[in-house]
Amino acid sequence: MMPFRLEKPTNERDALRAGARAGRYIAGGTTLVDLMREEVEQPPLLVDINALQMNTIRAEGDDLVIGALARMAQVAAHPDVLRLQPLLAETLIEGASPQLRNMASIGGNLMQRVRCPYFRMLDAACNKRAPGAGCAAIGGFNGGHAIFGASDHCVATHPSDLAVSLVALDATMRVRGIGGERVFPVEALFREPGTTPHIEHTLRPGELIVEVRVPGGRHARQARYLKVRDRSSYEFALVSVAAALDIENGVIRGVRLAAGGVGTRPWRLRPSEVALIDHPPGRASYGRAAALAVEGARPLTDNAFKVKLLSATIVRALELAGDVA
Amino acid sequence: MTTAVIGQPIARVDGPLKVTGGAQYAAEFNQPNQTYGVIVGSTVGLGRITGIDVAPVLRLPGVLAVFSHLNAPKLVYAPHKSVIDPADGERLHVLQDDRVRFFGQPVALVVADTLDRAERAAAALRVTYAAEPLVADIHDPKAPQVIALVTAQPGFRLAADRVRGTPDTVLAASPARVDAIFEIARENHNPMEPHATIAVWFGERLTLWSKSQYVSNEKAEVAAIFAIPPDNVRVICPFVGGGFGTSLRTWPHVTLAALAARALSRPVKVVLTRRQMFHTTGHRPRTSQHIALGATADGKLTAIFHEGFAETSRYETYIESFTGQSEFLYACPHVRTRYRVVPTDTATPTSMRAPGEATGMHALECAMDELAVALDIDPIELRRRNEPDHDESAQKPFSSRSLLRCLEAGAARFGWERRDRRPGSMRDGRLLIGWGVAASTRSAAQAPCDARAPAGRRHGGGRGRRLGHGSGNLHLDDTGCRGHARPAGGSRAV
Repeated sequence: MMPFRLEKPTNERDALRAGARAGRYIAGGTTLVDLMREEVEQPPLLVDINALQMNTIRAEGDDLVIGALARMAQVAAHPDVLRLQPLLAETLIEGASPQLRNMASIGGNLMQRVRCPYFRMLDAACNKRAPGAGCAAIGGFNGGHAIFGASDHCVATHPSDLAVSLVALDATMRVRGIGGERVFPVEALFREPGTTPHIEHTLRPGELIVEVRVPGGRHARQARYLKVRDRSSYEFALVSVAAALDIENGVIRGVRLAAGGVGTRPWRLRPSEVALIDHPPGRASYGRAAALAVEGARPLTDNAFKVKLLSATIVRALELAGDVA
Repeated sequence: MTTAVIGQPIARVDGPLKVTGGAQYAAEFNQPNQTYGVIVGSTVGLGRITGIDVAPVLRLPGVLAVFSHLNAPKLVYAPHKSVIDPADGERLHVLQDDRVRFFGQPVALVVADTLDRAERAAAALRVTYAAEPLVADIHDPKAPQVIALVTAQPGFRLAADRVRGTPDTVLAASPARVDAIFEIARENHNPMEPHATIAVWFGERLTLWSKSQYVSNEKAEVAAIFAIPPDNVRVICPFVGGGFGTSLRTWPHVTLAALAARALSRPVKVVLTRRQMFHTTGHRPRTSQHIALGATADGKLTAIFHEGFAETSRYETYIESFTGQSEFLYACPHVRTRYRVVPTDTATPTSMRAPGEATGMHALECAMDELAVALDIDPIELRRRNEPDHDESAQKPFSSRSLLRCLEAGAARFGWERRDRRPGSMRDGRLLIGWGVAASTRSAAQAPCDARAPAGRRHGGGRGRRLGHGSGNLHLDDTGCRGHARPAGGSRAV
């Protein structure tokens, strides 16, 4: 591990100032410390934000507001989350392990780095770690990599489960920096790699995620997260789907659909959503939506299975969501 | 053998120590003036080391030494083989030449005054290689298949080619046939406690606190490597935090710790990283098996073919003897087994949790399942119809055999009669479910063993402790006491 400096501000103003001096924020540290130990990350200044009052979870009408420092386990067990957005509880429990969920924060979850093995191998080429070095995954073992949103420079998937469900639910996030505050959709946080895969998000230098807001709605009661993976726990998704349905008089009035494990960012499936509106729930409708979802997929040498798997996972996730009374 | 402990809520002698953090593992015996060694592994899979840029690393804070083939003392590596070492070949001689034989092979040991500084320096060490084309896949056309040497170890049924009856002609004439290939990927042991060794020299005497399932062999092996009398080596390992076979052999990190400690005249601690646990400390080899079964229409086995190959390294022939069970588990007059090893540019595999048996049983039992489906016979009934009355391979009576009683008791408790064997016929809510059965057998080798323990001492002092069920039997944890310990591999209640 490279030597680094640690600051522990006790108020937000000091934290943002440290962030503006190129400090890296650290909360649970469940990703960053690992990467520092492997010297994949070498931040000279860490800003420990755990003393900030940003871990509250509250309901505002039908909206759910989650502080960025709330822990995954805390959110998953919170009565307001279970009441208003059970999809988020299910999604969180599907991720990581109990120990990690006790430590990892919601803000950190959204900011976690990719799990591409070559990103962590200092001797392999990786444009995220060393811009311009090349991408060892494109000619290497890429069964776990993206079929959407990839470029010739990077094919790594975004690893977060939570982000998939937040994107499906049209969640927004509040961020603050010394220049002020911004609110924007969680979906707008993530960037596709393009020619600059080392730039992964749209936060401005020093900006800190403060909270996430999830709007309520009729779909929230009929929502499921289905995660398919190589082993049944403590594993990242090969394919995952968040599906939420608003069914009225035997017809789909509203639907939210997003996929994980397939894109370089959480992958909202809007054409599939449009195709489902005003159709009856059931395998015929779901199958058409799934077929639309995989249009434009660009598999690599090892991950063509994800096309079929995504299609089947969409159908099953919608069936599960439709089953929720 | 007694079965009195089975199903009983018996407290383990060392249970409270383990669950309260009181158990002290090898890496926790920190010594005064201790230093920390971090291994640098090869980043190519085959080739030669062409350069090691030591100077910049030696200037980093706290760095005491960088050991590599350029400066490491020449070690004797006197011949030594125990029951756990492959009979054929020669163990890796660490830091003795510029050859790289597999990815992750230790090419340097960086020693510093703190772990952080040693890790930092190891990460900064630049090593260059002349890489060569390698073979790491047992299906690579360039990989040669070699007939394994037959070794006659007690309790192990090893033979490259064995046949009884006339299986080829009988199989061809059998009314029912199953023919299948079984590929099993390499499996690595990666127990919670990583490999770890603290080495301290007192003159010509060496003490090792070292994770080992076989301390008496570690003592003998290290003595052979350094050409010192075995009685000059003491190995202490009160607890093993999960072994699964990986700690039966003595691996290169033990040698590295001892080598560095002698050169520096200071205690050296070496703990493998999680990633390093995949490189140099053995693994269950990748295997490819072919099974063909012939049977009569009413499910009596007429012929069994079980053949296949497994990877080994180029420098040692590790034998994953997966065909043995197929020769005696079921009654069958015509049996052929055939075993090959494929030397590849990898580290030597080693024993892992029922080595060979687990691999072979998986294939045989999958094939039996397929036969049951092909004949539309209940899989328990199929096994009942093929129950032998003696070991048809060794032509001896079984010392113990309870398969049918076991299947019957299990079926009764499971409600097996409620099973619908048509595929896709059983559901649990939305989930399609299936019920299955598999048999397994493993040799129960026994060997003489003696040890002495001071009366009235349960913990502390580490003079041989009865770990009880699930952890081998009497486990000698300190070679400084008298007695001879067998390896603590396999589990047997005593």
